[in-house]
Amino acid sequence: MTLLGSLALWVAFLLGAWGAITGFLGASRGRGDLIASSRHAVFAMCGALLVAVLSLEVALFRHDFNVEYVAAYTSRNLPTFYIWSGLYAGQKGSLLFWATVLSIFGALAQWLTAPRHRVYLPYVGAITSLVAAFFISVMLFGHSNPFERLPYTPIDGRGLNPQLQNPGMVFHPPMLYLGYISITIPFAFAMSALLSKRLDTDWLVAIRKWTLLSWLFLSVGICLGMWWAYVELGWGGYWAWDPVENASLLPWLTMTAFLHSVMIQEKRGMLKKWNLGLIIGSWLLSIFGTFITRSGVIASVHSFTQSSVGYFFGAFLVVSAVASFWIYAKRLPLLQAEASLESLVSREASFLFNNLLLVGVAFSVLWGTLFPIISEAVTGTKITVKAPFFNQVNIPLGLALLAFTGIGPLIAWRRSSLPNLRRQFALPAAGGVLGLLVVLAGGMRDFYPLVAVTLGSFVLVTVVQEFVRGVSARHRQYSEAWLLALGRLISRNRRRYGGYIVHVGIVILFIAFAGMAFKTETEATLRPGESVSLRSPYGWTYTFTHLGVSQYDALNRQVTAATVEVARNGKRIGLLSTEKRQHVDAEGNPTFQPSTEVGIRSDLREDLYVVLAGVVNGTEQAVYRFTINPLVWWVWYGGMVLALGGLIVMWPGGGAIAVRRAQAGYAVKLVAEKAKPA
Amino acid sequence: MSAVDRRGFLRASATSLCAVVPAFALLRPVQDTVPTAGPSGRLWDPNRAGPSLQPVTAEDNDAAIQAIEKRLKCTCGCGLDVYTCRTTDFTCPVSPKMHAHVIALTKSGMSGEAIVAQFVSEHGLEILMAPPKHGFNLAGYFTPAITILAAAAILLVVMRRWVRHATPTPAASDPAGGAGASPVELERLREALRHTEA
Repeated sequence: MTLLGSLALWVAFLLGAWGAITGFLGASRGRGDLIASSRHAVFAMCGALLVAVLSLEVALFRHDFNVEYVAAYTSRNLPTFYIWSGLYAGQKGSLLFWATVLSIFGALAQWLTAPRHRVYLPYVGAITSLVAAFFISVMLFGHSNPFERLPYTPIDGRGLNPQLQNPGMVFHPPMLYLGYISITIPFAFAMSALLSKRLDTDWLVAIRKWTLLSWLFLSVGICLGMWWAYVELGWGGYWAWDPVENASLLPWLTMTAFLHSVMIQEKRGMLKKWNLGLIIGSWLLSIFGTFITRSGVIASVHSFTQSSVGYFFGAFLVVSAVASFWIYAKRLPLLQAEASLESLVSREASFLFNNLLLVGVAFSVLWGTLFPIISEAVTGTKITVKAPFFNQVNIPLGLALLAFTGIGPLIAWRRSSLPNLRRQFALPAAGGVLGLLVVLAGGMRDFYPLVAVTLGSFVLVTVVQEFVRGVSARHRQYSEAWLLALGRLISRNRRRYGGYIVHVGIVILFIAFAGMAFKTETEATLRPGESVSLRSPYGWTYTFTHLGVSQYDALNRQVTAATVEVARNGKRIGLLSTEKRQHVDAEGNPTFQPSTEVGIRSDLREDLYVVLAGVVNGTEQAVYRFTINPLVWWVWYGGMVLALGGLIVMWPGGGAIAVRRAQAGYAVKLVAEKAKPA
Repeated sequence: MSAVDRRGFLRASATSLCAVVPAFALLRPVQDTVPTAGPSGRLWDPNRAGPSLQPVTAEDNDAAIQAIEKRLKCTCGCGLDVYTCRTTDFTCPVSPKMHAHVIALTKSGMSGEAIVAQFVSEHGLEILMAPPKHGFNLAGYFTPAITILAAAAILLVVMRRWVRHATPTPAASDPAGGAGASPVELERLREALRHTEA
């Protein structure tokens, strides 16, 4: 099977190169035969890469340890659930996964694009083929072929890193990859529009679903990554501003900016240059993230082993950036706005500032990520830039962004009058003040959490106000029941109200982040029966009583489990277990350092987070770290609300035609009412 | 034999439920609480539990020491601060030594700032989790904010120019206009359309 896999890789590479060459030539010279050949090559490359993936999966499931990749990332006793994820657990496999998913997206773009947008497809096929061929070339020429064989066959493989043996890691990397990879399709459409000089709003309509899909995958991938870090790494947090985490945030921020600014181009024909720049920038940032993860240029706990593929990605990034912006610069004269801003107090202006902030935060994160290199180049001294730096720089910017989440929807398109502003802002501002007063009365005095709660309340009331007004309008106009009116309001204008639901998700996330400012923790050594108490930020006292330590064998690990009984204000609320896991191979030999499995009890208010640090002198006397993390559950809930909003926005139907139909319905009703005799 | 009517059946059911539910509650197994400290038995295989640890001391939970350790990077290569590393990666041989060093310096009477300075003199600036706020590194903290403010100022100037040169575009198609709608009706339509616009 590995021979078939290697062969499939070569075939895919040749097809990718052919698809790129024929696509560019066919599109530039208007040759239908070349264009058709390029299109066929896109589908064939996808088929060849699927054969390669299948070959690798067969090798993984058959425990073919003669294949270096299989021996490095799996073992005979690895649960089946995680053998599949071995595909993208290592550098080589993840490159294959990336190229394959890109080829699938490329084929889907060729297949699903509406007939009126097919004029863009020749260049789209050429660009996706080119990018996929690059990824395959890294495997073939960058010593990263996942089908490489060993000169001997080990009895067992090394197994998967214990920290990757978590359900979160089965779903988090593919989601993030899907987000990164799918940005290539909007980028390909944007470049196609530039190359073919078809720079009206058509290409934007063609990529609408793709941009939402990328954004949604990135959002879900980032949230799953936070969840995995929280439950698996054991440090009690979910975001550490690690370079690889930052790399995933960068395209998310620029894509979020694009999803806002594209509305201005669609409605007013403005910001054409800016939107193209955002799409190109987002794609380059996704390649930059890949470069950071795989080059080792910046130290990160998440990165793959340092290897020569970093040079490939560095060169690809530079060449792509130069080529993209050169074409972009050549087409600037064609990107003139069709309308102009009519007022500084308008939805357009507020979106522009919102874009500025989103791109500004992206710049700030990028700046912090690269600052160790910049500082060393300037001063000659190595420095470290970690969470304290990022928190100081980015928290104020994030809060400003939260404020704009509420301000934007309150300002009318084109221009807003003072009475209109007063009417729109009155309730949300009162909501913000009320939120502030409530938490002040509750005893909160920390500056940033206070600001977060105030702005969060402001945004929440803004969204509620928009929903209430919309539902009331439908109730009045159509005499619909309130719930029916709500359902129809959302379903007939998914983009707008789905967007508001995303805003609610953002508010929930910010409030949850603010909760971590009140984290409390303690370390304790306990004999069986001994207790330790920890005071929660809500005022009650938790008592943890050590019950004992047990040891048992599981499929691929030897477990040492410590259990504590938990009581709140003296009332027993349950048991919590935390483990030390020594992973072993099929012969019982240790494969990795012992890992920790955290005991977590979640409720809406706070998480109890218990970590078994170890035992004293081989006895049941256990060393624990107890942490109370307020509002963590809301991070996952906020992520779900955000994803739900994104799904509503991108759900098929409810687009421009439905909106026009609804508007026409109102007009007809009004005219009919007017025609009635008095 | 008299048939049971519906009301009687419901009454009997409710009475039975009232009797059965508390009985279930009483029968529910209750977890024994641990009465007193028990024996600290030896583990069957201590090696499985990772390296043997020392009991936690008061210094380990000292907020001042933790604050110092959160400013210092563990040099094992994990990228975490000393406090997080020693309380997360229990196999790390470096962070416990750095922790012991911090405690020793604290006991010698050094202040937090002096301890941090001592670590910098031993390991260089790289030991700090965030660069010091002086010299070129100070620019690192302010560059993003200054850049955004400068960009906002430029954007404001550009927007003002756009507004000055803007030619008011005709209002969006107003289907009711042609029907000779009154201002009140137009306002109603506008309000309705506001909630259907994309």
